[in-house]
Amino acid sequence: MAFQEIKNVVIRGMAACVPEHVEDNRQQPLLGSAEDIARFIENTSIIRRHTVGNSGICTSDLCFTAAQQLINELGWQKAEIDCLLFVTQTPDYQLPSTACILQERLGLPTECFAMQISLGCSGWVYGLSTIASLICNGQFKKGLLLVGDTVTVTKSPLDKSTFPLFGDAGTATAIEFEEGAAGIKVHTGTDGRGYDAIIIKDGGYRHPFSESSLQMQERETGIVRNNLQSYLNGTDVFIFGITRAPQSIKALAQRFNIDLQELDYVVFHQANKMMTEQIRKKIKVAPEKIPYSLSEYGNTSSASIPLTMLTALKEQLTHGKQKLIGCAFGVGLSWGSVYFETENLCCPSILYL
Amino acid sequence: MTERFIQLFKETLEMEDKDVQPSDAFREYEEWDSLGQLSLIAMIDEEYDVVIEGKPFMEIKTIGELIKTIEQLKSAL
Repeated sequence: MAFQEIKNVVIRGMAACVPEHVEDNRQQPLLGSAEDIARFIENTSIIRRHTVGNSGICTSDLCFTAAQQLINELGWQKAEIDCLLFVTQTPDYQLPSTACILQERLGLPTECFAMQISLGCSGWVYGLSTIASLICNGQFKKGLLLVGDTVTVTKSPLDKSTFPLFGDAGTATAIEFEEGAAGIKVHTGTDGRGYDAIIIKDGGYRHPFSESSLQMQERETGIVRNNLQSYLNGTDVFIFGITRAPQSIKALAQRFNIDLQELDYVVFHQANKMMTEQIRKKIKVAPEKIPYSLSEYGNTSSASIPLTMLTALKEQLTHGKQKLIGCAFGVGLSWGSVYFETENLCCPSILYL
Repeated sequence: MTERFIQLFKETLEMEDKDVQPSDAFREYEEWDSLGQLSLIAMIDEEYDVVIEGKPFMEIKTIGELIKTIEQLKSAL
């Protein structure tokens, strides 16, 4: 079983940056009649989404802005930051790794471990467990976990099954070595049988970009896209989420003797309200312990957990102690749950680009 | 089981005023769409504690077959 207990690390703060540009699902013709729109919003809870539109803003721009603000408010010296992880599926280039670009842009020392990880919805949980592992033995002292996606650029504006669901965001989480700290507890899972449930088929090296990659095709009524745009099998992913997410949280709780009723919050990846609500019922946690950011931001891929914490729990995180589980699931298929505690977290206000 | 399931099915698809029979091919209802499908999967999970996998689910055509699949999954628990 893929459990980890990683001690001697503390989360010091987190920040998020979103594009200023907003798309409103109440004026989204893809969704159909006013009645259809109301039903979509009732089931998903997604009203508005911050998207990069045609601005050319990249994930690294959003994460850079979030990281700068976080470093300033924490009062960290850049020279002390010796570890940077960038988790995204929308990097600046095929190569080099955008983590290297961010090291330079942020003014971090050249004596810095910098690496990019390709994961989507589950990215923050995996990124946190990876950076915690790197820091926990004290060889690195201060780390930045930059996580986000401009996932809307991968969706066809003519695809009703994906386009109205997603928003863009970049986040930064600051992690520090501290001898004796309780650290984090993690459960992770992977099922590559579902690799094609969410997929951009062309443009990698299995199916390199060709002229046919650009052909817009109607796959079903209301679903027109090309092969450089993301396909999403909503039913398979829904079934996957409502099965694996509760299993993962229960496994984590059982392995580490965590009483779910004693948690302050369970922060889910924000896919849609119906899915989250179903998972909540299965782990039997009260609705008021489940924060959301769906109505303002939609599904923000790997950025969803820190973005939700910052938008819904800023006050609680800034003042006092909290016990949380973060649980994320999606493209891969990949999922994970992490238990962590926070105390007087540094939480800059949401930033805009 | 059949009567109660049909009642829950009608509530889920918001078709309380319609006549629903076990032999009905439910994907042909005008109320049926992708959101309705997710709501139905969620309802079955909640009421019967079983989740029908994507592929077998897509092959189910009638309400009667749906009930049979739920019963089979429940007895295998």
